[in-house]
Amino acid sequence: MNTSSLLVENTSKNFAGFKAVDDVTFDLNAGERVALLGHNGAGKTTLFKMILGFLRRDGGRISVLGAEPGSHAARSGASYLPEAVAFPGALTGKEVLTFYARLKGEKPALALPLLERVGLADAAGRKVSTYSKGMRQRLGLAQALIGQPKLVLLDEPTTGLDPISRQNVYELIGEIAAKGATVLLSSHALTELEAKTDRILILSKGCLVADDQLNQLREQAGLPIRLKIWTKPDAVQEVANQLGSTRMNGRSVELDCTLDEKIQALSAISSLGNLVEDVDVHAPSLDDVYRHFSNTAQKEA
Amino acid sequence: MFSRILTVAGQEIRIGIRNRWILLATLILAVFSLALALLGSAPAGTLGVDRLTITVASLASLSVYLVPLIALLLAFDAICGEVEKGTLLMTFSCPISRTEFLIGKALGHTLVLTFALVIGYGLTAGLLVGMGAGSTAGLTDFARLIATSILLGVCFLALGYVLSSLTRQSGTAAAAAIAAWLVLVVLYDLALLGALVANPSGVFASSVFPYAVLLNPADAFRLFNLTALGASELVGGMAGVSETLPFDPRFALVSLIVFVAVALSASAVLIRRITP
Repeated sequence: MNTSSLLVENTSKNFAGFKAVDDVTFDLNAGERVALLGHNGAGKTTLFKMILGFLRRDGGRISVLGAEPGSHAARSGASYLPEAVAFPGALTGKEVLTFYARLKGEKPALALPLLERVGLADAAGRKVSTYSKGMRQRLGLAQALIGQPKLVLLDEPTTGLDPISRQNVYELIGEIAAKGATVLLSSHALTELEAKTDRILILSKGCLVADDQLNQLREQAGLPIRLKIWTKPDAVQEVANQLGSTRMNGRSVELDCTLDEKIQALSAISSLGNLVEDVDVHAPSLDDVYRHFSNTAQKEA
Repeated sequence: MFSRILTVAGQEIRIGIRNRWILLATLILAVFSLALALLGSAPAGTLGVDRLTITVASLASLSVYLVPLIALLLAFDAICGEVEKGTLLMTFSCPISRTEFLIGKALGHTLVLTFALVIGYGLTAGLLVGMGAGSTAGLTDFARLIATSILLGVCFLALGYVLSSLTRQSGTAAAAAIAAWLVLVVLYDLALLGALVANPSGVFASSVFPYAVLLNPADAFRLFNLTALGASELVGGMAGVSETLPFDPRFALVSLIVFVAVALSASAVLIRRITP
């Protein structure tokens, strides 16, 4: 008996000698929002398909809500939004949602308010063929929320969406996680994930190379904080000498430091007085962290 | 279980109505059968046979060509089309078994086909009766024609599902469906006739040919309908075969049912092996 919503243990998958997923292990708990990151072809979709029971794994164990992937119990408690779905264009949004509600054994009347939650209430009676890409994606998301699933798998839910629609998607994900559902979403749009997920898994060439909270990953990566100091004209050289930096660029000086040294560096800059006009502080972004883990894994391989 | 099957069937019917598939199939059947009924009206008086019965004889030949085509066009896209669009991923992640899904599709398509046949052929029957050219016996023949046409359609629907679960792209499935139609409806007959003509009194003609007719649903359908009409003297051709058959022509009906069972089971096995 285990209490995790999703348990993946030493799972592998080979396609004709090519390792699509290589010895991946992780487990997710109730109410967690987890992002699965990886470049195209890293094995994200293969992993999803194994979790759903569509692909047989070559080794290891997967348990979905305590049940075998693809079993009736697993499919009743979990829901899935595939990447790039084309709904039958001749049907209306309401009809599509009703169809999936019936398949999931939910009363359509209980599922239809979901259209309002994803902002499709006005378009519910229109044919899906008239929907924009974002509207189709939101219809797919509504489908994945039918019947309050305990595990929600979303394959690139925000790809092709405008910033406001993305915001809405993350708000919805936050809501369902707050109700106790586990959300596992894959993405390669990294920066938008900051502060919107509890945990990040990074998949690189089929291997799981990182599994932690974002700030922990930042610490592990040990990436420097980059300070960019804009100086008065003609003061570039002097500022660079004072701060011990060799990187100059017209009217600015660049300086790398660790988290511990940040305050010290800032006070050194402020002590330069009116030689300095402005300071930019760049904490390493998720893109930088991701690139770090992805590259390290590839060098090792 | 039944609610899930009905949900899938209902969706197929709804899509059939929306993209005008039902309308088109009904229209084709109505136009062709009306044309046959009206153009074929000349011999009725001289032969003294019920006009409905004569029309049924010509419609049986029409069904052999049109019904398999309509059925294959309905079915070829049923599985690989949904794989391509990605909807099958979503559907199969719901608690519906693949067999339920297949039965739902088959039920929906069968109802679409039934509607088209009943309305399309029914219009013709209604017109003939309205013109005072029909009798009760003729109406029974008509009902038999429609019922067996539906069965013939289901044979080819099931064949379409087999082809659709064997291919990954709907383009390939469409080509396979057309090829299946050509072979079973056109070339099979030609090959059999060729073999008969080459050696009219040999072993083939007496002991292989009759069973070869049973194996192909299109031929079995024609054989059953024409012998049931007792119309061999009216239409000639393959119907003349019935007197020399080594078995009761009603076996042809059994053969259709067996074909449906085998093809549906095969597609149920194949659909389990699909990775959507």
